[in-house]
Amino acid sequence: MSYKKRLDGRDFEEPRPMEAKVGIIPRADGSAMFKIGDTIAYAAVYGPRNLHPRFLQDPTKGILRVNYNMMPFSGSGDRVRPGGSRRSKEIALVTEKALLPVLDLSDFPNAVVDVFIEFPQTDAGSRCAGISAAAMALADAGLAMKDLVSAVAVGKVDDRIVADLCYAEEAYEDGDVADIPMAYLPTLDRFTLLQMDGVVAKDDISKGLELGRKVCRQIAEVQKAALKNKYGAGVEKNDS
Amino acid sequence: MTAELRNHVLDFLEKGFRFDGRKPLDYRKITVDYGISKSAEGSARVKIGETEVLAGVKLSVEKPYPDRPDEGTIMVNAELLPLSSPEFESGPPGIQAVELARVVDRGIRESKAIDFKKLLIKKGEEAWIVNIDIITINDAGNLLDAASLAALAAIKDSKMPKYKDGVIDYKEKSKNTIPLEKEPIEVTVIKIGDHFIVDPLPEEEKVLDGRLTVASTKDGKICALQKGGLSPLTQEEIIKMIDIALDKTKDIRKAVGG
Amino acid sequence: MSEIIAKEKEVVVPGEILATGMDYLPSNGTYRHGDNIVSSMLGVLRVDGKVLKTMPLSGAYLPMKGDTIIAQVTEILISGWRVDTNSAYSAVLSLKDGSSSYIPHGADLSQYFGIGDYMITKIVNVTSQNLIDITMKGPGLRKLKGGRAIYVNTNKVPRVIGKGGSMVSMIKNCTGCQITVGQNGVIWVQGEPKNEIIAVDTIKKIEAESHIPGLTEKIKQHLEKVTGKKVNQNVV
Repeated sequence: MSYKKRLDGRDFEEPRPMEAKVGIIPRADGSAMFKIGDTIAYAAVYGPRNLHPRFLQDPTKGILRVNYNMMPFSGSGDRVRPGGSRRSKEIALVTEKALLPVLDLSDFPNAVVDVFIEFPQTDAGSRCAGISAAAMALADAGLAMKDLVSAVAVGKVDDRIVADLCYAEEAYEDGDVADIPMAYLPTLDRFTLLQMDGVVAKDDISKGLELGRKVCRQIAEVQKAALKNKYGAGVEKNDS
Repeated sequence: MTAELRNHVLDFLEKGFRFDGRKPLDYRKITVDYGISKSAEGSARVKIGETEVLAGVKLSVEKPYPDRPDEGTIMVNAELLPLSSPEFESGPPGIQAVELARVVDRGIRESKAIDFKKLLIKKGEEAWIVNIDIITINDAGNLLDAASLAALAAIKDSKMPKYKDGVIDYKEKSKNTIPLEKEPIEVTVIKIGDHFIVDPLPEEEKVLDGRLTVASTKDGKICALQKGGLSPLTQEEIIKMIDIALDKTKDIRKAVGG
Repeated sequence: MSEIIAKEKEVVVPGEILATGMDYLPSNGTYRHGDNIVSSMLGVLRVDGKVLKTMPLSGAYLPMKGDTIIAQVTEILISGWRVDTNSAYSAVLSLKDGSSSYIPHGADLSQYFGIGDYMITKIVNVTSQNLIDITMKGPGLRKLKGGRAIYVNTNKVPRVIGKGGSMVSMIKNCTGCQITVGQNGVIWVQGEPKNEIIAVDTIKKIEAESHIPGLTEKIKQHLEKVTGKKVNQNVV
């Protein structure tokens, strides 16, 4: 059987509609919301700030600490029990590794930059949405970043490589599904996150990465606009 | 530690001002948005000034408590997310979150806002549990009032999922709402020196002497009380604070269309 | 062929390509990547001849030797005080630098500075690990009483002060408030409640619109409208 038409009618290379807003949490040093389809991620950055316990401190540079959490009402079925799970701990780790390469924390020895990612609503692609939100929040916090970080889950549904899997596609029963989340640096043209669940041929990976680059650049445009919009899209409108 | 700050807050209150220009009994702008989470059975976002709180309702089916075999119940949980303030830490709910959840719970439970008997599915076997989760997004003071309002709004927003043969179909929502008989509103009144204020800013929360949270329903009946703060209160002060709360409740009620 | 792609005074984001070609030079907040000059910050693009800079709109305060900051006491130590500097690093004020007059050993240190007290102080040393020493010996350095501290982003401090102090003077003159600005983004405001509220509100306005040209004029009009006082033309 062949996956001819996507369950939600999208083109194979089309990500779901996106929305982003920066500076949504006034108390944080930086914050952002990223929405893709029905997945909504909030990210807040606090730091560089004091780090306890002492043994976590690095005397040569600041550390990045990511906390990833789903709100109890964010799952489509049962209530999600609060408190971390092994899954959320692993996602926090790969998120940290996805963001760290663009940051330079050498000005902040012994300090920490805390990133908190929370979800009020999810429909697949949450770790990627979290990374996209976190990248905006880090920029909003005024941290030096070589590039933005944009993330999307590319997938293979049956025989098709598709961009931005939705929940229904992840749960597709009429064929095999592979889920390939990736994070990408749009200007430096590098990947900082790559994971996969499923079975694919090597060729599919190449196609997937190619598609990922294309879609991540689109996501980067959304992130860029949101960052600029916080300041009234720069100073094009020349007031007195 | 905060003597200077307290003196300054009092200087302002003597002249009838708060740090943000409000009068002592003014609330900041209150907005309520419903249905902010599609995955919840009911949800709401409440903003009081820059304070933002979300609440979500998830319904589950459990065996009723043995001493109340013909009733369902509510369960209120609150999380003060580290996302929302530099003062909050990661980890299980601390005492501040626990107090907040329990005070909101009592307001709803004691007022009999929800008829628990109407949550029954099968006596002694199955009943609906209304799980209310309160999540803070930005703490700019007065989380308690925002939280209780969000919980109420989330209950109002809820639609019961379909339930058949022991299985809850979360994707199919019925048109049935949660049987809400009363709408309890909580107002927290703060005492600093000889002054009473509502809707405190974080600086005011740091220097308060006493705090009284009053939950009441539209008929003016009080359904929950919680005193906080280190200073004792006289009887006159308590009655005065209750009067203030009952008066302000009318304004808050407008925000949820009551 | 070198070309500037982004517009000067435009808000740019990390990773945004600002210019191509080898004629341009990177500086603060920008770096060279192959043929391109790329922004490494969220900020406003500034072009000084061939040099491209991104001026940050946000970001933490990094303590610098010689800075005058407003700090808050968090701990009383055996021979000094520990203070919060509104950064990731606390500072230590030792006994010998605590006052222009002599503080004897064994004195009750809380008589000089208690926990929670604010002070305007000067940074005398910052180590590579960002350990900070401060002093209260110097003109204008003192405990701050009778007002309150507000917090703005450290990068906005120059805008709040204005050229030659013109912006902050304007606010002081119109509101009659005492305003002390720390490099670390902590600002002490003290005045009649009504006027203090106006001063704080105005400072927050400057913080929010610091990247918009014509701000000085806008603030001048705002102050005149709200206080009814005319701004002294010499100041602006």
